[in-house]
Amino acid sequence: MDFITQHPVLVVSLAKIVGLMFVLMTTLAYLSWFERKVIAHIQSRWGPYYVGAHGLLQPLADGVKFLFKEDLTPPGADRFVYILAPVLALTLAMTTLALIPFGPPSVQWLGESTLIVADSSIGLMFVFAITSMGVYGVALAGWSSNSKYPLLGGLRSSAQMISYEVSLTLAVVGVVLLSGTLNFNEMIAHQGGNFWHWNIFYVGHGSFPQIVGFLCYFMSAVAETNRAPFDLPEGETELVGGFHTEYSSFKFAMFFMAEYANMITVSCLATILFFGGWLSPFPESWTFMRYLPPVGLLALAVYLAYDTVVLARGIARIQLIVVTTGALVIGLACLHPVVLAIIQGPFWFLLKVGLIMFFYVWTRATLPRLRYDQLMSFGWKFLLPVSLANLVITALVKVWPLLVNHG
Amino acid sequence: MTTTIDTPIGAAETMVLNMGPQHPSTHGVLRVILELNGEMVVKAEPIIGYLHTGIEKSCEAKTYSQAITLTDRIDYLAPLSNNLGYCLAVEKILGLEVPKRAQYIRVLLTELTRCASHLVWVGTHAIDLGAMTVFLYSFREREEILKIFEYLSGQRMMTSYFRIGGLALEPPPGWLDKVQRVVDSLPGHIDEYEDLLTKNKIWLGRTQGVGIISAADAIAMGCSGPMLRGSGVAYDVRKAFPYSSYDEFDFNVQTQTAGDCYARYQVRVAEIRESIKIVKQAMQKIPSEGPFRAEVPGIIPPSREEMKTSIEGLIYHFKIFTEGFAPPPGEVYQAIESPRGELGVFVVSDGTAKPYRVKFRAPSFVNLQSLPKLAEGRLIADVVACIGTTDIVLGEVDR
Repeated sequence: MDFITQHPVLVVSLAKIVGLMFVLMTTLAYLSWFERKVIAHIQSRWGPYYVGAHGLLQPLADGVKFLFKEDLTPPGADRFVYILAPVLALTLAMTTLALIPFGPPSVQWLGESTLIVADSSIGLMFVFAITSMGVYGVALAGWSSNSKYPLLGGLRSSAQMISYEVSLTLAVVGVVLLSGTLNFNEMIAHQGGNFWHWNIFYVGHGSFPQIVGFLCYFMSAVAETNRAPFDLPEGETELVGGFHTEYSSFKFAMFFMAEYANMITVSCLATILFFGGWLSPFPESWTFMRYLPPVGLLALAVYLAYDTVVLARGIARIQLIVVTTGALVIGLACLHPVVLAIIQGPFWFLLKVGLIMFFYVWTRATLPRLRYDQLMSFGWKFLLPVSLANLVITALVKVWPLLVNHG
Repeated sequence: MTTTIDTPIGAAETMVLNMGPQHPSTHGVLRVILELNGEMVVKAEPIIGYLHTGIEKSCEAKTYSQAITLTDRIDYLAPLSNNLGYCLAVEKILGLEVPKRAQYIRVLLTELTRCASHLVWVGTHAIDLGAMTVFLYSFREREEILKIFEYLSGQRMMTSYFRIGGLALEPPPGWLDKVQRVVDSLPGHIDEYEDLLTKNKIWLGRTQGVGIISAADAIAMGCSGPMLRGSGVAYDVRKAFPYSSYDEFDFNVQTQTAGDCYARYQVRVAEIRESIKIVKQAMQKIPSEGPFRAEVPGIIPPSREEMKTSIEGLIYHFKIFTEGFAPPPGEVYQAIESPRGELGVFVVSDGTAKPYRVKFRAPSFVNLQSLPKLAEGRLIADVVACIGTTDIVLGEVDR
């Protein structure tokens, strides 16, 4: 115990990192389930259904499948770079998550805030620095495979990710101007109040609603993460999978996880920058809204119980009993005042992130893919000017009172 | 050491990319050799033959009736159209008159086939361009049409339902109700696809102005079907050379003038709606009673009952199914409008029970030769769109 109390930073940080890794890995796996389920229902199918109740064990089965696949390296590939590329992609994608605050800094253990791994004062800069390196994973993978389709995919993605990074960054500078900081927690605190205090909506003194900024950010982010309708580097029907055509087994799984991790990162950023992060959308006087997380979980438990009793058969029923009990226990635990206080921030944060992820999946199911030249002209000739204009207007609105008073 | 490489000047920077035969959007096993300058296609050369099944040659070893089952496998997305083309050709050489009831049922079913085939096309073309939901929607509706085929013939795809002189079986009771259900629901579903695609900015960007072929070029290339009508030429075999009582039906030939991928998309979607119109008319026209095939002893098999009760019936049945029948010597060409274009069947008879030569003028095969014209000078992604809108079925290209 002495060691723990003497080195709080070290111990708490390690615990946070381990915890985040565990949660992140599970989330990445279940995001694939989520995406497949949502797309399936949009397309009037059932999606994963047979591996576990509601296909809930499908990610596990996929993971096992990936591990047991033959790990191929194409002849003539640059072995070192070929192995480096997926490692780079996944590591960089997961690093950024360390900067994300999942709850208010007031939640503390041993005097350290627990819901953020690294509360850096240059959080936003750091995240962009890391994500901009993400292009290396894709470009190197395309180049080192010694194959033509991946090469084209790698070329496309280098061009695409570099182009869209510009408008992505410009789109968020407006928010930085408004909040006057690069620290995520301070940005969120700046948006305190009700949901109309969020940067995306707020029309106040010296403030300009960032709705255009958000749209530019989201479109650039979709392109930045190589997702439909900007999934050209993969371009399944043109480039047969693009940069990861030659990858198999766990190396492919790493690209797969990196893609989802990137999606989580940009969704988290959108939540923090435009939707008030871990803040509740309701005024603080509505204390009863604090009970939303446990009530939601209990409602889920009730539905799952109905599912267990009425719909499920055989082994799925046993699995559902486990899941139902889990939801019930967590739901009841959330009623405890201490847990209730801790759960507020993460609940709203993850809910907002989840909604943005849903939007991601929704666009993928709806839209056709752009062509390479259209993508480029959209990025440079539309997104960039618009986000620049947004930046200029935001800056003008911000300094207008000063100009008027002094002029 | 002197090596001469036959490369045109300035082409040293190009890369040769083999697209196919294993590629998700070459609609089977088409292989296209692309010469690329960056992402731009300098030269595109389709290579065919990976799905060659020797159907035409096999027909020569079968009796006239047996060959029908082979025709199903030519264009496996529109088997009934192939059946019809072949049966009409053999009927022409025999000088057979098919009963009106059978003719109307043939019209109805081939129009449903056109719907099914175009539905597959809309879906696969959309998935080629990245819109994957339309694919699952259109296959859902296509399945309903295939269920009708299954109800009539016992087979979803390889129906062989049209036989020489009429149909294989008396349609089961209540089949028109099933058709009615499909006809009622299909227009609404097509609206769904159009909601997703027709005015979608990205879709327009990917298809408008892509893969343009002028009317003169299309004619010179021998294009037919939506490929030709998308360029503004209102040529439709159903109107130009009516067969199977098509002249009694009221429908319009759908054309667009742009000649690009979007025009061909519009033509095909409009054709589905037009086909539904024809199906509705056919449902009105089909008499509930009447023979479903001609009665010609020695050529058309007698009914089950006749075969079991009369000695002539038994003999004819035995002879037709063992040695077949021998049409008079001669040659005949019969064209129909298949979903892909003008499907011509050329049959040469030498007076024996087996055809001397059967040649299919496959619309996919002819349309495919316009691919280099469509794709050259454009980007890789456009090649996919161009292959998509030529609507090739490799089984038909290679036969």
